[in-house]
Amino acid sequence: MLQEIHIRLAETRDNTPLAINQRVPKIFTPGEIISEQQEFMRGHGTYEEDIYLKASVAGIKEQVNKLISIRPLKSRYNGEIGDVVVGRITEVQQKRWKVDTNSRLDSLLLLSSVNLPGGELRRRSAEDEHMMRQYLQEGDLISAEVQNVFSDGSLSLHTRSFKYGKLSQGVMLKVFPSLIKRSKTHFHDLPIGASVILGNNGFVWISPTMVNQEDNVGGFTQNLEEVVPRGTRETIGRLRNCILALAQSNVMLFDTSILYAYEESLKYNVAELLLPEAMVDVAILTQHKLNLSEYS
Amino acid sequence: MSRKELLSKIGLRQDGRRAEELRRIRCKLGVFTQPDGSAYLEQGLTKVLAAVYGPHQVRGGRSKAQHDAAIINCQFSMAVFSTGERKKRPRGDRKSTEISIHLHQALLAAVKVELYPWSQIDVYVEVLHADGGVFPACVNAATLALIDAGIPLKEYVCACTASLANNNVAMVDISNQEETLGGPVLTVVALPMSAKIVHMEMSQRFHLDHLPKVLNLALQGCKDIKAILDDVVRQHVKDIGSSTGWSQTNRKQ
Repeated sequence: MLQEIHIRLAETRDNTPLAINQRVPKIFTPGEIISEQQEFMRGHGTYEEDIYLKASVAGIKEQVNKLISIRPLKSRYNGEIGDVVVGRITEVQQKRWKVDTNSRLDSLLLLSSVNLPGGELRRRSAEDEHMMRQYLQEGDLISAEVQNVFSDGSLSLHTRSFKYGKLSQGVMLKVFPSLIKRSKTHFHDLPIGASVILGNNGFVWISPTMVNQEDNVGGFTQNLEEVVPRGTRETIGRLRNCILALAQSNVMLFDTSILYAYEESLKYNVAELLLPEAMVDVAILTQHKLNLSEYS
Repeated sequence: MSRKELLSKIGLRQDGRRAEELRRIRCKLGVFTQPDGSAYLEQGLTKVLAAVYGPHQVRGGRSKAQHDAAIINCQFSMAVFSTGERKKRPRGDRKSTEISIHLHQALLAAVKVELYPWSQIDVYVEVLHADGGVFPACVNAATLALIDAGIPLKEYVCACTASLANNNVAMVDISNQEETLGGPVLTVVALPMSAKIVHMEMSQRFHLDHLPKVLNLALQGCKDIKAILDDVVRQHVKDIGSSTGWSQTNRKQ
């Protein structure tokens, strides 16, 4: 079998950034003095030493009245109530699951904050506790919403909606959480036969679009018997490679940018999209298209 | 063959540098996508990769977790091809364990661990090419990787070596050639902005009278390195920020 193998030197890699916004705000780096006055309040990414307020991360300043914080351009996921996340079960405990959500600490999914099969509102019996592993076991992927943020920064999740629940057939990929654009909805049924969940925590789930929505009970059923047709699988693979290409060039991810990237990528076949040149090309064309649609 | 001297009569070293001149430093942030932060650093021919994972939940035994601070886990390793002689180095040999511990101490002085109770920060450093000053290069690369990961630091933590040539003149940033030619090597890890020394180590003895001279040169080296790293960090933040369009910021101003 003949296969092409591509080997490149790191030196020859194309690293040109896609600058779209020429105005550069002031950048702070760790240890830099932000203010010499004591009238300001210390926010995230800052600390006080002597009389100075100093930055502790590299990023840009955000000020709300007297509260100054420095936001790094990349960090672990900082959960906020209402965020849509995709996560992986790491542990099954008494009345709760532990979920890895790319956060600083593992998140909690309480048995009382999931929809159990058979009725919206019913008491969680001891039987349910014994059945927990049948619903969700270690390694399962779920989509959920952040219900609460605890004082130590860990998150409490819930899946009390038909949208959320166990994920069955599809592909998950990880990008940096800062690349996910916050929007009204993070569930997108793309017109090309695939659905995308853009988790705020940087986990992206791509799956074939459900045909009959009634089947989706938002619970813990996994339909692994149904065979996904080859065409759909190729679409999913292409979408995955497109998202990777955008993430590599630091283009924000949202439904429009993903769709544009998909359209631009059609001139390559799916495997070619993994070549660095193709990735950069798709990212540049997408960025260009986004700029055009923004100004028109 | 004539005996090689560390510093020639006209004040040049074996590799043509002056006594107070650093080797060329080139570095890059965000070289990997899998870790939360990563950096590559070249100091002369010494090449180092650093990757940072975390802060994340403590894995493997909850007993290690601290209720008031994050734990930092450092691992240093050298590639088999990093030195002149190809040698398999099992992980956890004496030398790499020692460097791991020193790296841990150096980073603990800068990272604001108290912000992340119950968590863990992993720092992995791999030497691709060892040409003198391996430990300082690791500290500098680890600092960059931590900044890339968005982990709060009090300030940059930088390291530099210095030596004494001809029993009189202080030299900065010692290469492997100069290390093997002899001469004591003083390694200093410092917080350059507040001029605090975190860690100091000497390979040989020299007279106490020379110490201030050598130490000051090493500290100056740390400051110079900090300035170089700072430039790279600013450029990196600028590049990332302008391609994401400085997202999620209030752009009214």
